[in-house]
Amino acid sequence: MSDMSSTMTPDGGPGEKLLFHEARDVHTANGTLLGFWVYLMSDCLIFACLFAAYGVLGREYAGGPTGAEVLELPTVALNTTLLLLSSITYGFAVLEMQRDRKNPMLAWLVVTGLLGAGFLTVELREFAHLIAEGNGPQRSAFLTSFFSLVGTHGLHVTCGILWLIVLMVQVMRKGLIHANKRRLLCLSMFWHFLDVVWVGVFSFVYLMGVLP
Amino acid sequence: MKAMRGLLLFIVALPLAGCQSVLMSPSGDLARQQRDLIITSTVLMLLIIVPVIVLTLAFAWHFRASNKKATYDPDWDHSTILELLIWSAPLLIIIALGAITWVSTHKLDPYRPLDQLAPGRPIPADARPLTVYVVALDWKWLFIYPEQGIATVNELAAPVDRPINFKITASTVMNSFFIPALAGQIYAMPGMETTLQAVINHPGEFEGFSANYSGLGFSGMHFAFHGMSEGGFTQWVERAKRGGGDLSREAYVKLAQPSRYEPVHTYATVAPGLYQTILTQCVDPGSRSCMSNTHPAGDAHAGDMDGMSMSSRTD
Amino acid sequence: MPDLTKLLFGRLTLESLPFHEPILVGTFAVVALGGIALLGVITYYRLWGYLWREWFTSIDHKKIGIMYMILGFVMLLRGFSDAIMMRAQQAIAFGDNMGYLPPEHYDQIFTAHGVIMIFFVAMPMVTGLMNFVMPLQIGARDVAFPFLNNFSFWMTVAGALLVMASLFIGEFARTGWLAYPPLSDIVSSPDAGVDYYIWALQIAGVGTLLSGINLLVTIVKMRAPGMTIMKMPVFTWTALCTNVLIVAAFPVLTAVLAMLALDRYVGTNFFTTASGGNAMMYINFIWIWGHPEVYILVLPAFGIYSEVTATFCRKPLFGYASMVYATVVITVLSYLVWLHHFFTMGSGASVNSFFGITTMIISIPTGAKIFNWLFTMYRGRVEFEIPMMWTVAFMVTFVIGGMTGVLLAVPPADFSLHNSLFLVAHFHNVIIGGVLFGLFAGINYWFPKAFGFRLDRFWGKCSFWLWVIGFYFAFMPLYVMGLMGVTRRLNHFDDPSLRIWTLLAAFGAFLILLGIACTIMQFYVSFRRRVELRDVTGDPWHGRTLEWSTSSPPPPYNFAFTPRIHDHDAWWMMKKYRYERPLDGFLPIHMPHNTGTGFVLGALSFVFGFAMIWYMWLLAALSFLAILVVGITHTFNYEREYYLSADEVRRVEQSRTELLASHV
Repeated sequence: MSDMSSTMTPDGGPGEKLLFHEARDVHTANGTLLGFWVYLMSDCLIFACLFAAYGVLGREYAGGPTGAEVLELPTVALNTTLLLLSSITYGFAVLEMQRDRKNPMLAWLVVTGLLGAGFLTVELREFAHLIAEGNGPQRSAFLTSFFSLVGTHGLHVTCGILWLIVLMVQVMRKGLIHANKRRLLCLSMFWHFLDVVWVGVFSFVYLMGVLP
Repeated sequence: MKAMRGLLLFIVALPLAGCQSVLMSPSGDLARQQRDLIITSTVLMLLIIVPVIVLTLAFAWHFRASNKKATYDPDWDHSTILELLIWSAPLLIIIALGAITWVSTHKLDPYRPLDQLAPGRPIPADARPLTVYVVALDWKWLFIYPEQGIATVNELAAPVDRPINFKITASTVMNSFFIPALAGQIYAMPGMETTLQAVINHPGEFEGFSANYSGLGFSGMHFAFHGMSEGGFTQWVERAKRGGGDLSREAYVKLAQPSRYEPVHTYATVAPGLYQTILTQCVDPGSRSCMSNTHPAGDAHAGDMDGMSMSSRTD
Repeated sequence: MPDLTKLLFGRLTLESLPFHEPILVGTFAVVALGGIALLGVITYYRLWGYLWREWFTSIDHKKIGIMYMILGFVMLLRGFSDAIMMRAQQAIAFGDNMGYLPPEHYDQIFTAHGVIMIFFVAMPMVTGLMNFVMPLQIGARDVAFPFLNNFSFWMTVAGALLVMASLFIGEFARTGWLAYPPLSDIVSSPDAGVDYYIWALQIAGVGTLLSGINLLVTIVKMRAPGMTIMKMPVFTWTALCTNVLIVAAFPVLTAVLAMLALDRYVGTNFFTTASGGNAMMYINFIWIWGHPEVYILVLPAFGIYSEVTATFCRKPLFGYASMVYATVVITVLSYLVWLHHFFTMGSGASVNSFFGITTMIISIPTGAKIFNWLFTMYRGRVEFEIPMMWTVAFMVTFVIGGMTGVLLAVPPADFSLHNSLFLVAHFHNVIIGGVLFGLFAGINYWFPKAFGFRLDRFWGKCSFWLWVIGFYFAFMPLYVMGLMGVTRRLNHFDDPSLRIWTLLAAFGAFLILLGIACTIMQFYVSFRRRVELRDVTGDPWHGRTLEWSTSSPPPPYNFAFTPRIHDHDAWWMMKKYRYERPLDGFLPIHMPHNTGTGFVLGALSFVFGFAMIWYMWLLAALSFLAILVVGITHTFNYEREYYLSADEVRRVEQSRTELLASHV
C-alpha cells in the first residue's frame, strides 16, 4: 500500500518515520454551526451599532415626546413574556428533536411560532399607535433610534418565523434527518440570540427609557 | 540601475522643494510649532527608516543568488537577540514619539488659549484677543467681527501679534477652516461650534481655504487672510464699513444660497445675534432645522458623543 | 398614465441618461462596442455553455478565486481610468483654464475612484487570492461552504455592476468615497448618486461578509491533520486575521449605510442636523469599519510577502512566531485607532493623543515584520524572480508610507496635513506600495499554480519598473504639494507655480498606465507562450508550502489524499524527506455539485438594488420576493454533493504521473 512509499527518512536525518498523507478518508468537521455562530456574532455587531446610536441619540427629543411619555411598560412586559416563553418552547422542541420524536417537536415549533407572532403583533400595535399620534421615526432622533433598534429586532423575529415555517415544511417532508437537525439547531441559536438581544433592548431602551 | 539612480535623485530633490513650502516656513506661531513638530518627528523616524531602506537594498544585493561568495545559511530562521532588537528598536522610537505627541497635542490644542506670541515673547497682560466668527457657507466664507460690527465674505484680516479667537461653524455641510501659514485646520460643522486660537506674527497676504470637500463649489472656497499692523487693521475695518451694506437676517439668507467663486464683499453692520441664530440654525425661526426647541442658544454640542464629551469646552 | 410610468420606472427618466456628456457618451460607445465584441466572440466559439457549467456555476474555490481576480483586474482598469482623468484635469486646470471636467463630473470621478479601488479592486483581489491559495495551503479540498462562496462572488459582481451602471444611467455619488453626511443627505445630494453608492456597497458587503465567515470557518475547521495553529503558513495566518476583521468590521458598515439609507428614504434623523441627529456619529461609525478595512487589505499582502521572501531566499521565514504575533497584535489594535481620521473634528487633546499614540503603536509590530523579511534575506540566496522584485520594492516603498503615516498620527501635525495631498500621497503610498505591490507579487507567484504555466518575465519586469517608477513620480509630488498646503479633491488651482508638480504627477500616472498595459501584454504573451512556460512539476519556484505539492493547475479535489503536516513549510519538509506521491489506493472523493443559484441570486440582487435606487417600488418588491423564493427553494435541495469515483481520481493522478515522468 501507499503507506510504504510515503514513510521516509531524510538523508542522515533522524531515523524517525513520518507519514505525510492520510491513506484513509479524512472527514473534516462540519463547520455549519460554527459558521452560523460567527454570523450571529456579526449580526450582534449590527445591534451593537444600533445600541450605540440609541446611546448617542436616545435623549435627543427635539421637542418631541420623551421615552417616559411614549413607552408603556405593561405592553412591553407582555411582549417580553411572550418572547421569553417562545425561547423555552423552542428548547422543548430541541429536546424532542434529540429524542427523534417528530410530531411533538413540530407541535412545540408551532407553539414557538405562535408566541413569536404574538410578540410581533403587540410590537406592531405599539408602533402603529406611536405613528398614529405623530410620533413616528421622523419625529426626533430619539424616536429614530428607538424605531430602528426595536424594529430591527422585530425584523429578525419576522425572519425567524418565516424560517421556522420553512423548516417545519422541510421536517414534514424529509423527516428528522441529519441536515434538518442541523438546521433546527441553527434556528435555535438564532431564536435564543434574539431573546438575548431583546433582554438588552428591554433593559436599555424600555426600563432606562421610562426613567425621567 | 540607472533608472534607480535617477529615482533616488528625484527622491532627494523632493524634500528640498518641500522646504520652501508654506507649511515649512509659516508665519503664525502655532503653525511654526507644528512645523517644528513635523520636523522633529520625521528626524526621529528617519533614525530607523533610513537604516531599513539601506539594509533592504544592501541585503538584496549582497545575498543575490549569483553572488556565491555570500554566506548561505539555509536553516537559519531564529535569533532571540535579533528578535528582541527588532521589537525594541521601533518600540523605543515610538515611546519617544508618543511622549512628544502627548505633550504637543495638549500644548497645541486649538481650543487652548495661547501662552506666547512667539518664542520668548509672552502675551502682554493687556492683550485682548480679537474674536472672529467664521461661517462656512455654500461655497464661500463669512467672517463676522462682533467687536467691530462688520462682516466680510471671502476676506479675513487680523492685526499682527494679537491673539485671534475664531469661533467656527457652517451653514449646511461640513467644511474645514484652514490657513496654512497661520495654524492648523479645524472642521466647520453645521449646528456645532469649534474653536481655534491663533496668532499671526508677520504681515502679509496668506491663503486660506476649506480643507474638507463640501460639494460642487468646493474648489472656489478660497479667501485671502491679511496680517496687518494695528493701524492697517483699523483702516481695513473703516474701509469695510464704508463699502458695505447691512447683513440683516434676510441678507444672510440670500447670501447663504449656493454660489461659486463668490467675490469679496463687506457688510458695514450685522444684525444682532446673527451668529447665534446661524449656529442654532434658526435664522429662519420657522425652519424645521431650528434647534432652539431642543437646545438653549449657544449650547452647540460639538464632540459630544460616545462619552468623549467636550461640552466643558464650549462656552 | 404618468402614474403607471412612475410605478414602473420610478424617478428614472430619459433625462437621467447622460446624452449631454460627450465623455460619457464616448465611454459608453467604447464599452458597448467592446462588450458586443466580447459577447460575439463567446457566442462564435460557443463558449456560453462552457462558461456557465465550468465557471459561473462553479463552487470550486479555485475557479471562484480566479473569477474574483478577473473582476478585480477589470475594475482596476475602470478605477485607473478615473485616476488618469483626475491627473489630467489637475495638470491643466490652472488660472483661467477650468480644465475639461466640470465639478459635477470631476466630483463623481474621485468618489468612484476611491470606491472602486477599495471595494471592487483591492477587496476582490485579496478575497480571490485567499480563496484560491488558502484551502490549498491548509490541505483542504474546498472551503467550508462552497455554495456560499459562489453566492458571495456574485453578490460582489452585482455591487460592481451597480457602480458601472451609474456611469451611464444617472450619476454616481459626488460626496467622496465615504459619503459623509450632511453632504450625502437627501437635501444636499437628492440625486441617485448616493443611492447607487449605498446599494452597491450593501449588496457587495453581503458577499464580503459571507465570504469572510466562510474562509474563517474553513481555516478553523478544515486544516489538514497535524497542522496546529502555529504550523499554519503565514499567508493562512494573515487570511485568518483578515477574515476575523471582515466579520467584525463589515457589520458596522452595513449598519451605518442602512442608517444613511433610512435618513434618505424614510426621513429618519440619524445624521440630520435638525431634530437631534448627529453627523459625527456617521463619521465615527464609518471609520470604525474603515480603519480595520485598511488592515483587511494589507494583512494578506503581508502574508504574500512572507511566502515570497521565504521561497525566493531559499530560507525559512525569519521569526515565524514573531510574525504571527505581530499579525495578531495589528488585528487587535486596528480597532483602537479610528479617530485618527478626524483629529480635526475638535475632540479634546487627551482623546486625540490617545488615538494618536495607539496608531503609532501599530507601527511597532509592522516594523518587526519588515525586519523579519529583512533577516529572511540575510544569509539567503535571493533570486530576483518577479514576485521577489515586487517584495523588495514594497519594503523600500512601504517604510516611507509608514513613516508619513506615523507623522499624520501626531495630532498637531495632522492639523496641518489632514485632507491635504500629503494625506493622499500617504495612503496611496501604503495601498499601492503595500497592497497592490503584494497583489502583483501574489499574481506572479501563484499564476503557474492556477493555470499551469508561468508568466512571462520580460513583460513582468517592464510592468514592474514602470509601476514602481511611475508610482514615485505620481505620488512624491503630492507629498510636496501637501507641504505647500494644497488640499485634496480640488478640480482647479489658482497658483500657477504648482503646475510643475501636477504635471510630474500626471507623468507618473502615465507611466503607471504603461505599466498596466505591460501587465496586459504579460498575460497575453504568456498565454501565447504557454507551452514553453509550462509548469509540469507543480512546484516551479521550489516552494515551501502545501499548495506546491499538488499539480498545476490542481485537480478539482486538490489533494488525492489528505496531507499530514509535521511543521510549517510542510512541502519543504516533504521534499526533504523525499516524499513520493502515492500511485494507488485511491478512494472516492466527496464533492459538491455546481449550482446556478448563486448567480441567480446575484442577478436578482442587482435588479433589486437598481429598483431601489430609482424608486421603482413595484420592481423592487417583485425582485425582493423573487430573492426570497429562490433562496428558500434552494434550501429544499438536499442533494448537494456527489462522489468522484476512485477510478476517476486514479485516472487524473495517472495522467499527472505520466506528465511528471515525461519531463524528468
